[in-house]
Amino acid sequence: MMAGRVWKFGDNINTDLMLPGPYLYRDAEDQARAVFMNNRPGWVDQVRQGDTIVGGFNYGMGSSRPAARSLRLCGLGFLLAETINGLFFRNAVNYGLLACECPGVSTAFDEGDTAELDIEAWSVRNPRSGQALAVLPVPEQLLAMMLGGGVYPVLEREGLIAPR
Amino acid sequence: MGMTIAEKILARAGGVEKVSPGDVAVVDVETACLIDLSFLPEGWREVLQVADPSKVVIVFDHLVPAPTAQAATCMQTGRAFARKFGIQRLHDVGPDQGISHAVIADKAYALPGTVLVNADSHTCSAGAFNCAARGVGGPDMLYAVTTGKAWFRVGETIRYDLTGKLRPGVSAKDIFLFIAGKWGAHVNQNIEYGGSGMASMSLNARRTLTTMGTELSAEFVIFEPDDTLIEYVKARNPKPFTPTPPDADATYKERRTIDLSTIEPLVALPDAVVNNSVGISEVAGQHIDQAFIGACCNGTLDDLAVAARVVKGRKVAPGTRFIVTPSTEAIHRAAMAAGYVATLMEAGAIVTPATCGACVGGHMGVLGPDEVCITASTRNFKGRMGDPSARIYMASPATVAASALAGQIASAAEFFQGDVS
Ligand code: SF4
Repeated sequence: MMAGRVWKFGDNINTDLMLPGPYLYRDAEDQARAVFMNNRPGWVDQVRQGDTIVGGFNYGMGSSRPAARSLRLCGLGFLLAETINGLFFRNAVNYGLLACECPGVSTAFDEGDTAELDIEAWSVRNPRSGQALAVLPVPEQLLAMMLGGGVYPVLEREGLIAPR
Repeated sequence: MGMTIAEKILARAGGVEKVSPGDVAVVDVETACLIDLSFLPEGWREVLQVADPSKVVIVFDHLVPAPTAQAATCMQTGRAFARKFGIQRLHDVGPDQGISHAVIADKAYALPGTVLVNADSHTCSAGAFNCAARGVGGPDMLYAVTTGKAWFRVGETIRYDLTGKLRPGVSAKDIFLFIAGKWGAHVNQNIEYGGSGMASMSLNARRTLTTMGTELSAEFVIFEPDDTLIEYVKARNPKPFTPTPPDADATYKERRTIDLSTIEPLVALPDAVVNNSVGISEVAGQHIDQAFIGACCNGTLDDLAVAARVVKGRKVAPGTRFIVTPSTEAIHRAAMAAGYVATLMEAGAIVTPATCGACVGGHMGVLGPDEVCITASTRNFKGRMGDPSARIYMASPATVAASALAGQIASAAEFFQGDVS
């Protein structure tokens, strides 16, 4: 079981908000300092290791830019949303960010609540309200990458790319 | 039960009889396209093995010619990678330059019935070629290039049957704005286009529609194949391919019919593309500082022809910047030969080299604080084209050109009066 302090975000949170265009050519640390600078300035100073984002519909819409990496570097433990954009989900798998779809999650949690996620039972619980919701299971082979640091370690092990 | 186009292509490329929504399909990639941003030092890693260099395409597009030293460095890395593995299809700065999706269309690198991945999100563009094409992340590209494979979560499919024909002055961008306004996002769903109405749409127009599918957050966006497509591809790409229509008994999440003759020109209001379309009359008169036509969706020869037609013999409003960026240098040269570039320049437009440029707020048309732009590109997110306080309206090339002349958002209808549809 994992527990994280909840930050609430709305529908259609796009990749440009998480990784603004002017930061595309900056290094990963700089990019992580720019997360939500246009819609929620100061968030990067408030978020703590292991925190959780609870989003609405189509979380991560937009481009292929590695916004999932920025969230991971901000210390995010996991992310739950009503629905997750397909491309953002791919990047979550590849950069090792645990991200799951969970219908009803955006109304079951308030900012500052704790989300208790159980990826064996595929459920999430709000200890404040006692409410529990089903989480859509992530297919096994993709979950292994999400939890194992993403695709880079896999390619390194197979000798396809050089280790850093 | 039969399969949709996306399911059929994924099943074939995965070497299985059938795939269904909910499956994870691991498939052979026929075409893997890397872009300049793929070679950013933070994401790129030294590649030790390439599965098949003949299946790799490299197109430098987001920031070309390089406006910064970092952009130049990315391209150096890309060139070295191409040399090391003997990758022939490298589109560097020069006559073969262009935006990846448009280069892929110009050269017919996208083969009907196959799988294509590209590091840029608007890759479903190639769905106009009956190709299962999806934008993926940088790490997915490393995976595809080194293993020749990619994985996809198979989604449900929404089928759009197009009927009738667009009226003069109305374009594929307006069809998109109609769909985005009426049905909104298609998260985790495929879109399939077909029907009798597609015959009246050029491949360029179909590509505008598929490219914009990214803004609907769709997975694959695929047109049925037809003779127009098959002849176009055969004339440009010698590789064999299998045009792939859907099965007659394919299972769709939903089927929707669009009568193209009923579509009106629309504008998307700033900050979001979906559920944000209004008629031009609702925003007509809104002052603009900049008008932009370009990007992978709207820098085609058709789009430049429409823009030239609207501004021919007229002048861009004083104080308004009108920037036109062809999607590829091949299109740029064709537009010069057809006289469109001269017409646009005489009217006061700036015609730039082919690049993503202003679309991504990179260079050649970045917006300053509180500026207002009307754009025929792909996205109007906050901060997309420059300062986050800038407001970006999105419309068709015809509407953008008419607005450039007026210095405010304006309808292009008067320029198409008397045309027969
Ligand atoms: S033109 Fe714009 S949308 Fe198209 S590939 Fe370039 S940045 Fe992406």
